[in-house]
This record gives sequence, structure tokens and C-alpha cells, in this order.
Amino acid sequence: MSDQLEEDARSADAVAIPLADRDWKRDAWRELKKAPFTAKFGLLVIVSYVFVALFAPILTPYGESEIVGSEFDVWGDKFILGTDNLGRDMLTRLIYGARNTLGIAFLTTMLAFIVGGGLGLLASILRGWVDQVLSRIIDIFMAIPVLIFALVLLTIFGSNVQNLIIIIALLDSTRVFRLCRAVGMNVAVMDFVEVAKLRGEGLPWIMFREILPNIMPPLVVEFGLRFCFVFLLIAALSFLGVGIQPPTADWGSMVRDNATLITYGDITPLLPAAAIALLTVGVNFVVDWFLHKTSGLRDDH
Amino acid sequence: MTTKPKKNGKDAEILLSIRNLHIEGQSDDEWHEIVKGVNFDLHRGEVLGLIGESGAGKSTIGLAAMGFARPGCKITEGDIMFDGVNLFNATENDKRSLRGVRISYVAQSAAASFNPAHKLIEQYSEAPVQHGVMDEKTAHEEAINLFGKLQLPDPHTIGFRYPHQVSGGQLQRAMTAMAMACKPDLIIFDEPTTALDVTTQIEVLAAIKDIVHEYNTAAIYITHDLAVVAQMADKIIVLRYGEVVEEADTRKMLSKPEKAYTKSLWAVRSLQKKEKPSDDILLEMRNVDASYGGDVKVLKNVSIKVPKQRTVAVVGESGSGKSTAARAITGLLPPIKGEVLFKGETLPAALKDRKADDLRKLQMIYQMPDTALNPRMRIRDIIGRPVQFYLGLSGKQRDERVSELLNMIEMEPNQYVDRFPSELSGGQKQRVCIARALAAEPELIICDEVTSALDQLVAEEILKLLQRLQDELELSYMFITHDLATVRAIADEIVVMLQGEVVEQGLKTEILTPPHHEYTDLLLSSVPEMDPDWLEGLLKERAKKKPTIQLAGN
Repeated sequence: MSDQLEEDARSADAVAIPLADRDWKRDAWRELKKAPFTAKFGLLVIVSYVFVALFAPILTPYGESEIVGSEFDVWGDKFILGTDNLGRDMLTRLIYGARNTLGIAFLTTMLAFIVGGGLGLLASILRGWVDQVLSRIIDIFMAIPVLIFALVLLTIFGSNVQNLIIIIALLDSTRVFRLCRAVGMNVAVMDFVEVAKLRGEGLPWIMFREILPNIMPPLVVEFGLRFCFVFLLIAALSFLGVGIQPPTADWGSMVRDNATLITYGDITPLLPAAAIALLTVGVNFVVDWFLHKTSGLRDDH
Repeated sequence: MTTKPKKNGKDAEILLSIRNLHIEGQSDDEWHEIVKGVNFDLHRGEVLGLIGESGAGKSTIGLAAMGFARPGCKITEGDIMFDGVNLFNATENDKRSLRGVRISYVAQSAAASFNPAHKLIEQYSEAPVQHGVMDEKTAHEEAINLFGKLQLPDPHTIGFRYPHQVSGGQLQRAMTAMAMACKPDLIIFDEPTTALDVTTQIEVLAAIKDIVHEYNTAAIYITHDLAVVAQMADKIIVLRYGEVVEEADTRKMLSKPEKAYTKSLWAVRSLQKKEKPSDDILLEMRNVDASYGGDVKVLKNVSIKVPKQRTVAVVGESGSGKSTAARAITGLLPPIKGEVLFKGETLPAALKDRKADDLRKLQMIYQMPDTALNPRMRIRDIIGRPVQFYLGLSGKQRDERVSELLNMIEMEPNQYVDRFPSELSGGQKQRVCIARALAAEPELIICDEVTSALDQLVAEEILKLLQRLQDELELSYMFITHDLATVRAIADEIVVMLQGEVVEQGLKTEILTPPHHEYTDLLLSSVPEMDPDWLEGLLKERAKKKPTIQLAGN
């Protein structure tokens, strides 16, 4: 019956990717080339934002909070996008704003995922009272509207970058918890998790080696979406004056500071808003593509 | 095929004729041919058996007979002539007017195919009412009539239950009734009994056979179980890799198969082992009661002994508590009464109280290798982890041990260590599961239905491998199964379970030779044999004596 075994192997070979092609860089490149236009556009947007954020001091003509001209100067050769309400260069502020808003949003989302994801995994594995206690606490938190809750907490603890990150991360981690617990539970009942438990593996191994790798696709997608929400929330809080504090450049507060210009028919205050919108659209395009790839959805049916 | 079955005293006309059928399937964004030029004819009232391993294209061909291709598949070439209509190029509308009325389909898992939100009779009436064959009232009357013919209990009321309120066997019969609703000319049965227990299978088979005869319906019966197809089909087509290997009348096919592949399929059931008695007890379950919470005990006073270097087969149908017994032994479900002894010493009841070394000695292999292997781990890590965890080997030593283990299960290490489970076939995955259990250097392996998800040839290979490993490594097995052919092949002792209790326990020959316990007898006699007259003979015999035993499923 050894020929049966060979047949067995052969049929498996037919479906397997040849070992030589296992180079992940080449795989990634191939996937990228096949990606739809929207995904490429989204990637381009994200890459350029990151580039701008990283090299902000080199790309900007002036300092971040440097007053270089008169208030509300018009677009021109000296100030390409004019100046703001205090006479600072708009372009410079926009570029630094990318750095601040993006960086803070990224840190916040990461923290939210570490806290929410960790607790979610824990709840999905341990179940019982651990799950009950965590879930009910989270339910209470989720019953309060995020924006109002954030406003209250920021007023209590004071509005600085550190508090902003921690508070928004904790509020957002409730959403991550719910997702992580739900998808984690589907994996936690699989036989291979039982095998690990029977082997006597500890909680960290089961969490990070058995379950986490299997729920990465939905988590990555959620990360993209959460990032956008956090980003918008920070902008909203800044617009309301409790977010990122002046003189740090931030897109949300830039809209508010220059809002008066709108009444004169000037679109300059809308530029930071457009920057936010463009990034959100870009991230969503990429997330859609990724979701499409990992869920095995096809276009033709 | 030139011989035509005689029905109603004259030669039946050809109902379905498939010529040069080619079907392609999509994987990794590429199209592969999965059915390569299949031809056959089906006469009115004839039952055709399609057999082959998974991936042979049986179901794909069955669906193609309705002019349908699954998502990700397409029929690229060929003629599918159904009573004068070519389904290959018929419009969607034409096909729709045939499906459900003149051609219908019975799926493998009735439980997954019924809509859980609607009552059985509503789902039954949908096709005939939609197609305007009859109004709802007549459909309901017809349904009750058919439910009765298929021997469903309380035919007048069972239709008003929801799918989850009836047993698997009943659901499968209800689905057959649904397929018969419009008195179709052709029914396609896609493994209708594979998911059922042997004792339930008999009832479904008998019901299908009767009704197909009564209405003179042609049928395509798809299965991988040869003994089942022998009962049902007038002629058999053996498929492999999307091609016809052999085609013949059932009796001829069974008595004189011509091709080597067909012969090898037929030979699978001949695997047998001579039992060896032993009194050296390795593991003992003593008077164990267990429950999943609530008052219902899933295990009642269960005592099972597993001797050293022997195989104890635990048999029984689903719901009999065989898998629960395994969970009680491993500590996943701590017993509420009784104890588990390993080499005479009591093991702590709960998993978390056991020492790593206790865990090491007792390994488990699961039914579905697909879910028993972490899809995101490479074979190297899957097998390497227990080596590292229990034996403390790491780095190069660990890799060497993994290679040794892969050689032991007859897989080439260099070729497989870096693969993910999805890049292996079903049989190979099960081998990896075996290697993972071996990596712990266990003394007892609990095998929970390890072969039931595999094709017969592959299953036989796995059984042989387990047998060899037992001899080489002095392993003991507790083999949980509902398949008595497997039991004959591998067991030394047999434990028969029914509704959480041990009915009989003893050496294989003792249990398998009469006189049996009543339930053992029912179980044994329900295993289909490779004789086309077996089913009818058995039913006649059973009709003589009134059944007195209450089955778990009904």
C-alpha cells in the first residue's frame, strides 16, 4: 500500500504552494501587484502620511509653533497655504499635525489592543466567572457614550497627551475586548486548544501561540478601523478644546482655530479636515482589501 | 453498459445521459480540472452508485447531473441530457423549472441543510407549491402520507416540529420525503447516511430503497461506503481523480472487480488481527459517574479496564457516552463519582491537579485532524512542542527528534517539517496527530474515532500504522469507534456502551460470537455487508421478532 501513500502525498503537493516559492517578500509583492486599485491607492495614502510624519522637520519651511507672519495671511509664495489665526505657517502646522495626530492615534490604538485584546483572550479561554465579571464591567463602560465619557474623564484628570492616550485607549479597549472575546471563543473550543490544555500548557502559551495567530485577520482589520475611530475621536476632542493642547499642531484644533475663515469663503480651515478624511478613506480601502483576502471572498459570486 | 434493468416487464428508457463531462474547480486563483471526461447513462427507475474517495469528484458529478456547479466550480464541456433537455446549455430558468420537480437532491447533512427557523412541513411544501404542482393543503396531506411511508414516528404531527426537535436519522428521512415531494424522475443522494449511526443508517437505507422502488424513481447514490452501495445500487461506477475507473452491474462488480484499484477498495475490509488476552492492567476506570451539569448523568457506573500493550475498543452509537468516558479519563470532565487508576495509582480527577508526567503518559488523538492541528503552526512546531515540553529537548536535539518521529509515521522529514497543516492531505494530517501523541512518549493513547473522517484506503493505512507502533513501542490503545470493521481490524478487547452504561465487556471473539447481549446483537447485525441481498434478508429477519430495545436516537 505504499503507492497509496505516495498518491496521498502527490495530491497534497498539488494543492500546496511549492516550497521554493515560500519567500514571503515575493509572496507579498505578488499579492500587492494583484491588489485592486482602491487598495493601492489606500496604501499610497498611508505610506505618504507616514513619510510626512517621520520627516516633518525636514519637509517644513518653518518651526511648528513659530509665528512667521500676520494673522490669516492668504495663500501665496511665502506661505503656500497661508497662515493661521496667530500667524503661523499653515503648511508647517499641517505637516506637524500629521506627526502628532497620527502618532498619538497609533499609540492609543496599540494600547487599546493590548489591553482589550489581552482581556478578551483571557475571557474566551477561562470563561466562567472571569468572563462574566469582565464582560459585565465592559458592558457598563459601553453603556456610556464614548465622547461624553472621554470629556468627563479628561476634565477630571486634566488634558495632557499622556492622559489623552490612556483614557481613549481604555475606552476603546472595550470594543476590542468584545471582538477578541467573540472570535477567540470560536477558536478556544477547537480540538487543538484542547490538545494544548491536555498537554498541560499554561495560559500564555494557549493565548498567544494557539489562539492569537488564528484570530489575527479580524484583529488586523479591526485595528485599521479602530485607528480611524481613535483618530477621529482625538480630532473631535481637540476641536472641543480638551484634546491635544496648543501650541502642539493638531488637525482637530486647527479646524477650530481657523473656523472663522469659513465665513469669508476661505477653504483653508477645511484642509486639516480633508487630511483626516483622506487618511480614513485610505485605511478603509486597505482594510477592505485585507478582509477580502483573508476571508476567501471572491468577486465572481 | 448495455444491460438494461427490467422494470415493469419492459426495457426502461434512458433518463439521463452524461457524455464527456469536464468540470473545473478553482484553487489558489487557478483553475484545475476536477472531472475529466465522464460518461454514463441512467435508465428510468435505475439506481446508480457512485463510489470513490474524497476528491474523486463524486459529489461534483452528482450536482452536475442537475446542471449545477458549486461556487468555485464550472462545467466546461460535455452534454448532460436529461429527458431530452441538455442541462449544459439550458437557461437558468429552464433548469429551475426542472429542479425540485423532476430532479431533486438529498444532501449529506440534513441537519445543516434544513432551515432551522421553519417547521419541517413548511419546508416540505415549499417546492411543490412554488412550482405549482399542488396547493399547500394537498402538499401537507402528501407530506403526512410520505412521512408515514418513510416510517417516521407520528407522521401526522412530526411535520409540525422544527428541525432541531427530531433526531438525525428522522431528519434525513424527512429530507428524503422532501426530495420525493413532486414525485421526481431522478433523485441524487449525496452520502445520505454517512453522518448516521449504523443502527439508524439501516432504517434510512430501507426507507430510501422502498420509496425509490415504489415510485420507480431513478437515483444516483453517492457514497464512499461500499457495503452501503451494494445494498442500494443496480450498477456501480468507481471514480478516482475525476475519471471513471470501472463501471459494472452491482453483483458483477462485487464478485469480479477487474481493475486493481477497485480490488484494493474491496480488500480494505479484510484487515484482521488476532487478539491476545492480557491481565496486566494499565488503566482502569472504576465505577465512574459523570455529568455535564444538571441531573442527567452521561456516564453511569462505568468501569473499563485497558491492559498493557493491548487495544480496547469502545463501541456504541452517538450519545452512548464513549467520548465522555475519554474526557473523564483525561480529566477534562472530572467524574462526580468513581476514580481513574493508572498502573494501580489513582489519578487526580481534574486536569489541573495532574502532574506533567501523568499528562505525558496519556495522549489523545482526535476524530477530525483538521481541527486537531493548529492551522497557524508548522509541522515542526506541532510535533516539536511536546518534545520540548515534556522531554526538555530544544534546538538541534528537538529537530532531530521531530525527524525521527516523522520517519516513524512514514513521512519524509525534509519535505514536511516546514509545512502548515493545510498543505497536507487528510491522512497525512492524522499521521501528524499520531506523531504529536508519540512525541510525548506515552503509554496509553486514546483514539477518538480517528479513522471515521478518512477514506477507507487511508483509514486502513492509519490502522496498520497504529498496529505497527503498538508492537514497536509497547503502546496501549483505547479505541473509541462506532465502526465495527475497525474494531475487527484492531481490537483485543471490546466494550459495548449504551446510554452511558457499559453493556458488555470482554475479549473480541467473545463479544463477536453469539450469544450476544440484545443491544450488541442489534449493533453487530446493523453493519452493512458486501452482499446485495443483505439488507432485505436482515429486514425480513427483524420483522419476525419484535424489537424490544430503545435506541438513543429515537
